[in-house]
Amino acid sequence: MTLTAHRKLQLYGALLLLPAALLLGLFAYLPTISTVIQSLFLPGFRGAPPEFVGLDNYRYLFEDPKFWLVARNNLIYALGTIPTSMALSLAMALLVNRQLPGRGLVRMAYFTPTILPMIAAANIWMFFYAPQIGLFNKLLGAFGLGGMNWLGDPGVALYSIIVMSVWKEAGFFMLFYLAALQAIPPELKEAADLEGTSRWRFFWRVTFPLLMPTTLFVLINALINAVRVVDHLFILTKGGPNNATNLLLYYVYENAFAFFDRTTAATITVVILLVLAVVATLKFTLLDRRTHYQ
Amino acid sequence: MNTLAATLPRRLLPALSLDTLAAWLLAIVWIFPLLYAVWAAFHPPAFMVRFELLAPLTLENFKTAWGQAPFARYYLNTFGLVTGVVAAQFVVCTLAAFAFARFPVPGKNALFLLVLIQLFVFPEVLIVENYRIASDLGLIDTIAGMGLPYVASAFGIFLLRQTFKTIPRELEDAARIEGCSWLGVLWKVYVPLAKPTYLAYALVSISHHWNNFLWPLVVTNSVASRPLTVGLGVFSAPETGVNWATVSAATLLSIAPLLVAFLLFQRQFVQSFLRAGIR
Repeated sequence: MTLTAHRKLQLYGALLLLPAALLLGLFAYLPTISTVIQSLFLPGFRGAPPEFVGLDNYRYLFEDPKFWLVARNNLIYALGTIPTSMALSLAMALLVNRQLPGRGLVRMAYFTPTILPMIAAANIWMFFYAPQIGLFNKLLGAFGLGGMNWLGDPGVALYSIIVMSVWKEAGFFMLFYLAALQAIPPELKEAADLEGTSRWRFFWRVTFPLLMPTTLFVLINALINAVRVVDHLFILTKGGPNNATNLLLYYVYENAFAFFDRTTAATITVVILLVLAVVATLKFTLLDRRTHYQ
Repeated sequence: MNTLAATLPRRLLPALSLDTLAAWLLAIVWIFPLLYAVWAAFHPPAFMVRFELLAPLTLENFKTAWGQAPFARYYLNTFGLVTGVVAAQFVVCTLAAFAFARFPVPGKNALFLLVLIQLFVFPEVLIVENYRIASDLGLIDTIAGMGLPYVASAFGIFLLRQTFKTIPRELEDAARIEGCSWLGVLWKVYVPLAKPTYLAYALVSISHHWNNFLWPLVVTNSVASRPLTVGLGVFSAPETGVNWATVSAATLLSIAPLLVAFLLFQRQFVQSFLRAGIR
């Protein structure tokens, strides 16, 4: 009797899971598996069945200097955006965590870019970066300086993209730092003040270590964003000039929907999935273990 | 957040310290791009880089933008997408979260880990294969096609499961004794008690899907289904040669509803992002 009741509950639970399982299977697991499979085959010509080629597609990919250029871009992009936006977001949080006239407004100013779509942000920054009429060059011109080709110069374009991304995401990370700062007991600061500890020392000895779980959390999110968000490229550079700002996911898009080379697109996707797997491992080991103490 | 601010000793405003100056300077730099877009949208194109206090204000740019692209349709599509996704997410994630929180499904922990993988493997990373699947299902160029891959959201399942787990079982037992079915228990006990979680999740999900671009770009190919972001992207592509004042106006048009909602319900938005983030 109890056994059947238990069985019933099991069945009920399974039924509740069914819609989610179907959808996840269809749009997460199935495509992941078929992407991996596709990266191991070459499409057959004229209706011939696809040919299994093992890791050949990966060999071709790794022999392609363009792939390495794009991978290197993405690395520079990550190294350029992540530490900068994290440092800035922490600075913002510290700035608005104290008495400040107009604190609400300041906080809002920091956070608002986060709420905009990347496409809109890119449109706005396009006005700044445009060669002749762009605001940056007009400003430089006003000081008698020659303009830069912010998005057209292969040596500069990626950094212009980085600056825009930092602007877009710093405010979001600030939220988490701010919440963490407000959870630090004020007694710590009072005690430090009594002992005459300098602000600098207090920050590095007390605040920063206490913020560690937040820093890890923000880092994971920033890592994911560095791989996942490429919307701005569609407006600002389309990966150009000469692939100087091309990032991995944009390169997947190009391969699949501009060059119609699904195989290469699938192969690069697997590389991205591996990167994300590393990030996921990082999260599940480092972060989840640490945050228990919070 | 605000309780702390309230308990702080109310002193006189601190003198204009270096910190205050830095905070304000950074705030001005940070909000400047948006203010600039507002300036460009409300002034004739001649004033794009001429900042004169008395420059004439105009709505002409908005009129032009509205006339040059079917923004009304884009609004409708985005609105349909966002409401559809959030409603479907609520249903699917609630059911799954209820199962994970309360039912003895065999292999539950392994299944839950499998779900969490989706926190890292997003539909837009799998565009190649997801496009093929959407096309096999006849979902290309439909609003359902844009939304469906996001419906079984690992994040939503996780968030609701956490909330459901905190609800005392006694409440559930009481309802069962009174003859409530399981779905009745879910509907009358769990869902009402998880309202704040639903609100937080909805706000996060709305802002995500209002702003989402890559997957909608891939899966739509006509005005009939394009959301605002994709419409804006098409409209303002540099090669179309529309003038910038118009692009600014179009940009503001597409961000206005979300931005206004955010400004009105700032606290709720911020709290939601926090609640959703700290997991």
